[in-house]
Amino acid sequence: MTFLDVRGLTVRTAEGRVLVDDLSFTVSGGERLGLIGESGSGKSLTTLALLGLLPSGMTATGSVELAGTQIVGATERALTSVRGRDAAVVFQEPLTALDPLMRVGRQIAEPLARRRGLRGAALRDAVGDMLAQVRLPEPERVSRAFPHEISGGQRQRVALAMALACDPGLLIADEPTTALDVSVQAEMLDLLDTLVRERGMAVIFVSHDLAVVARVTDRALVMKDGRAVETGTVHDLVRSPRAEYTKSLVAGARRLEAALDLRSPR
Amino acid sequence: MIPADTLEAARPEVAPQGVRRSRVSVTLVVGSVLAGLIALLAVVSLFWLPYPADDTSGGRLAGPGGGHLLGTDKLGRDLFTQVMTGSRIAVEAGLGAVLIAATLGIVLGVLAAFAQGWLDDTLSAFLDILIAFPTLLLAMLIVAARSATLGSAVLAIGLAQSAVVARLARILVKRVLTQDYITAARISGTSWPRIVLGHVLPNIWPTLVVNLALQFGLAVLAEAGLSYLGLGAPPPNASWGRMLQEAQATFTTAPAGALAPGILLVLLVVGVNLVADGLRDTLDPATGRRRS
Repeated sequence: MTFLDVRGLTVRTAEGRVLVDDLSFTVSGGERLGLIGESGSGKSLTTLALLGLLPSGMTATGSVELAGTQIVGATERALTSVRGRDAAVVFQEPLTALDPLMRVGRQIAEPLARRRGLRGAALRDAVGDMLAQVRLPEPERVSRAFPHEISGGQRQRVALAMALACDPGLLIADEPTTALDVSVQAEMLDLLDTLVRERGMAVIFVSHDLAVVARVTDRALVMKDGRAVETGTVHDLVRSPRAEYTKSLVAGARRLEAALDLRSPR
Repeated sequence: MIPADTLEAARPEVAPQGVRRSRVSVTLVVGSVLAGLIALLAVVSLFWLPYPADDTSGGRLAGPGGGHLLGTDKLGRDLFTQVMTGSRIAVEAGLGAVLIAATLGIVLGVLAAFAQGWLDDTLSAFLDILIAFPTLLLAMLIVAARSATLGSAVLAIGLAQSAVVARLARILVKRVLTQDYITAARISGTSWPRIVLGHVLPNIWPTLVVNLALQFGLAVLAEAGLSYLGLGAPPPNASWGRMLQEAQATFTTAPAGALAPGILLVLLVVGVNLVADGLRDTLDPATGRRRS
């Protein structure tokens, strides 16, 4: 069953510059797709376009069908009912993804209150439950804290809890581990992997890091300058990359790995 | 913004430098004391004055002392009484103008930030014209349309300042709107009015408050200027600006008449500017919350 069907998605700036060029891909329910590309390749814009959240002035053409709803050209009202319920986003920078002046608990409560209509004690329990699900220690304390009072890894878990709050069919993770320390990064990937697997959620995982994408997804789409360069299973992409850009990505990742092996021979 | 009890209750494991310094800045204290003194004079003047405003029993241009703390003016009125009334008028003018500027400016600024295309351009151009428009001319127009009262002067100053506040608010709102937490709130299904009230305004508030404090000082100066020109509160209400104007001719023989309102004017404006500076240090998110 196709959950997300993107056909000929093109994003232009107000001046008509093309930032995402004729992109097509599908994601089935429960499937994991990686979006790989360097910064400026249009991968983040693509994820925003999937929910009709493009920055003002930018326009999308083509077709984006999310759980049967056409996103391109939809009214704000129609989009509001799709966002959060069918798809939610975890952003790259955990510092800006949370309102610096609002307590963490209230921020998680927001989607729960709006989407599930929870109030009072039920809402408080649901917030505690979400914090526990993303394995945050001392949910009580975290819930009362402001974003700057918790660590970067904890902030990203909170952001993940917000995204998962409404149990969306598709989770869009936009470089969710890039801003984190390497050790925290691995933990975060494991957590994401477990939570998504438990829920049978589809995932679009955006990253510039081939190794990170290989860890989480089955299939990947390689983007460069707003275009799809190559698509296939992660296995095939790593084993036998066809496009020049993919080859350089794989070679780069291998060089790093080789450096590790060289320094600590097994 | 952040109550002290949270900091106590939730000690951060990481990033202690992110915690707001609880040390109160010196400028804030000094500024509060200066502005507070004038505000105290203003409040007291509401209930008690040494002499009635129109009492001319003191003899002309008497020096300080002899029942008149600062002496008398050329009509024999007590200077200290006038200075007290003047402080009330100054504080009223500052508060009134800032209230108008804040209300109108924030509403306009938020609307302008959401406006797109030609509407955005039109609003920006309108604000720029309003900022470039001389406050004096605006005041004259309003006085001509209404009458020379304190209200007219305050309205003119408030309108002129609202454009400045609106332009600042527009930029601040635009900057906040690009943040991921706004997108996250939209994904959460939060409506635009709620996003503005719950996320945007609290985040631009610290910067706005600092600017509004500065605007208060400017409004006090502007009111003194307008009163000096006869566009402020009519007699017998002694505004500092009109006191300066009346004492101008006799400055060499009786300097107290000009010095008293002049010094108080400087103290009040310096005071609120120091308060603004101090607020910037304690309220501004950029200094209060560093990256961790």
